[in-house]
Amino acid sequence: MKILIKNGYVYDPLNKIDGEIMDIAIENGKIVESISGEVIEIDAKNMIVMPGGVDLHSHIAGSKVNSGRLLRPEDHYKDIEKKTNIRRSGVGHTIPSTYTTGYRYSEMGYTTVMEAATPPLKTRHTHEELNDIPMIDKGCLTVLDNNWIVLDYLSKNELEKCAAYIGWILNAVKGYGIKIVNPGGVELWGWGKNVKTIDDQVPPFNITPREIIRGLCKINKMLNLPHTIHLHTNNLGTPGNYRTLIESMKCVSDLSNGSIILHVTHVQFCGYKGYSWITLSSGAEEIAKFVNENKYVTLDLGQIVFGDATTMTADGPFQYILYSLSKNKWINSDVEAETSAGIVPYRFKKKNYVNAIQWSIGLEIALLIKDPWRVFLTTDHPNAGLFTSYPKLIAWLMSKKAREKILEKVNKRAKSKMILPSLEREYTFYEIAIVTRAGTARALGLKNKGHLGIGADADVAIYDVNPKEINPSKEYKKVRKAFRKAAYTIKDGKIVCKNGEIAENIFGKTYWVNVDIPKDLLVSTISEVKGKFEEYYTVKMENYAIHENELLKSAPLKINSNL
Amino acid sequence: MSSEIFLKPKYDFKVPIDASAISPNEFSGKTLEGIKNIKIWEGNKEKTLGDLFIIEGNTSSEVKNMKIILEGDFSKVRRIGSNMSDGEIIIKGSVGFHLGEKMSGGRIIVEGNADSWLGSKMKGGLIEVYGNAGDFIGAPYRGETKGMKGGTIIIHGNAGNEIGCWMRGGLIKVKGDCGLFPGIHMKNGTIVIYGNTEGRCGALMKGGKVIILGKVPTVLSSFTFEEIRSSVKANGEKIDGPFYVFTGDLNEEGSGKIFISTLNNTHLKFYEKYIE
Repeated sequence: MKILIKNGYVYDPLNKIDGEIMDIAIENGKIVESISGEVIEIDAKNMIVMPGGVDLHSHIAGSKVNSGRLLRPEDHYKDIEKKTNIRRSGVGHTIPSTYTTGYRYSEMGYTTVMEAATPPLKTRHTHEELNDIPMIDKGCLTVLDNNWIVLDYLSKNELEKCAAYIGWILNAVKGYGIKIVNPGGVELWGWGKNVKTIDDQVPPFNITPREIIRGLCKINKMLNLPHTIHLHTNNLGTPGNYRTLIESMKCVSDLSNGSIILHVTHVQFCGYKGYSWITLSSGAEEIAKFVNENKYVTLDLGQIVFGDATTMTADGPFQYILYSLSKNKWINSDVEAETSAGIVPYRFKKKNYVNAIQWSIGLEIALLIKDPWRVFLTTDHPNAGLFTSYPKLIAWLMSKKAREKILEKVNKRAKSKMILPSLEREYTFYEIAIVTRAGTARALGLKNKGHLGIGADADVAIYDVNPKEINPSKEYKKVRKAFRKAAYTIKDGKIVCKNGEIAENIFGKTYWVNVDIPKDLLVSTISEVKGKFEEYYTVKMENYAIHENELLKSAPLKINSNL
Repeated sequence: MSSEIFLKPKYDFKVPIDASAISPNEFSGKTLEGIKNIKIWEGNKEKTLGDLFIIEGNTSSEVKNMKIILEGDFSKVRRIGSNMSDGEIIIKGSVGFHLGEKMSGGRIIVEGNADSWLGSKMKGGLIEVYGNAGDFIGAPYRGETKGMKGGTIIIHGNAGNEIGCWMRGGLIKVKGDCGLFPGIHMKNGTIVIYGNTEGRCGALMKGGKVIILGKVPTVLSSFTFEEIRSSVKANGEKIDGPFYVFTGDLNEEGSGKIFISTLNNTHLKFYEKYIE
């Protein structure tokens, strides 16, 4: 299929194109220089043309997501999607069913989504669900920091073997990168404990969270993985934890040679200042100052959106705290796997002091960090808000007036403590394109995503809003509306969405890293690990590995490791 | 002028029917023809009321004058009287799930049996069932935590399990027996059971009253015995006892009360030694 997108205002930050009127030509699922012959012309006059959205942190598939669905029947029955000739039926809301997840991302112009945490043992389930999510390209980050064999190697400082083992796991479970969740703390949670600082000992391995983060950061470099380590810090969701965050970011400072080596995720949840929930305030200024000065770290927001949410992380101890606070129903799952997920339904309220502060932290960080290439827009779906709320976030970032509208309604004591009302910055469309697609694609190391250069994947989103006529600061509602339903979403060179309605049901690829490890190192490591595996695991090592044909559309990235 | 509408099934229903449209609020102000054309789901097929029922009578423009009389077997027909605020529904036969869901006023009378989730999330009005009723009376949909808030449900026969689940107000009276867990998760309101229960009354309750005049096998260990009281008030009506009074559920730090007739529960006599 050949498509020509004509006369749109193109925003393509990776190629430094800022709202120029250009034509985009698509042939065989790729962006090409020019096309001739029979083409489908899309008139994008007075519209914005951007690369397809790339979300680098969202919980859309896997064992805990599914447990969340089971926990919350009340979540679904008010939000029902009817079957049509093209789309399948399903249910929506905080944890939509697989098909609905794909459709709703696509309706917003998103084309690539990364599932943020999957325990290796349960990754087969994750892939089964990812196979059932249509419309988007996907992948999953593998939780590796609380794996006993990894901890054992790290404590003995046998980094090469550890790297070989991690490389083997990523190949075996078809993961995309290294996710770190509350390093050390999650392992201790199996014993009913947690860590308080990054220098606490984790028995019986006698290792500290600092050593785990540093070790995995080094291994990430040794393996040459496309994405950096993806860190969910210790002490998440506890007052005063911005210090832990800054300590965690500092602890890898000497490992960078100018490149980006660390991604800290849902930073809003670790930006709390104060000594208790009553004295809670925002640590955004300190965090932003650190990130502005240190170029080796990227962040994503985990922005709160007021309303219903289902918190779910692989951080069991944090979820227990949340359960104790909310007294809501909860699940503690996957403790028997290499992690310990928790799930608690939660409702963020404007009039709640803590929730209002949380809301301000995310936006303050986004507005105070000068370089949009290093801070990305997420809600840590479905933890702080739903991915369907991204248009709201875009409006908040683009318009002070939109923020003020919410500030009128939030808790008064919280408002008096915020610095958000004094922040004048408003994002431009160019910057929005960076934080929602170009920056995230670059951070994930997906070379063909997030831009519209020649040879890029033909993933394009067209939004019906005229950037030259509209003043997003004042008319933020129009912007919100446009980003909610893309005029066109093009995926792999096919028009999959038109005027916010699904036009064609397609299935995207599943990305994973195929790391090339020296054969003798791999053989010696695996023979060493095999005994432990037999002892620790409920499955055989052979059954642990997921065969490539279990993925619907496998897209391995061949990686040459530095081992 | 009051008006009566009669509905009779045209055939035996085999699949469930979502009939939230059968309510005085929907019918008032419509002509007979208009009522026949109301859309309704039979299984996965969209049909009209006229396709499924023989409809006769005359309508009224005012909700409070509307009287809907259903004759026949409606046990596959769900959500009748959903969201009704006034008027009357009389069912001469049995009826399906979710009768009177979220209703805020008016009256529903069932001459046969009613199924589960009777008066689900009800806010006001009256439901009276002359036969038996199913489980989860007044309860919200699965997973939700906000149940019946007001109004009265009277069941002359027996009721099933978990009646008054997540109840926040109002009154449920069961003249016959009921199953397990009456008043589970209850926060406020009153449940009166004139017959026996299968037990585990008030599990996880935080407030409200459960009054049992019949037999109770045991009382949950998370309830503490308080005193013996000669009578108790249920929404202003005095009910004579005497009653053993228990407070709980301590697992939830609750302060709900269970009143259990002493005369029918002599096996609970050992609690009396805890009275100082």
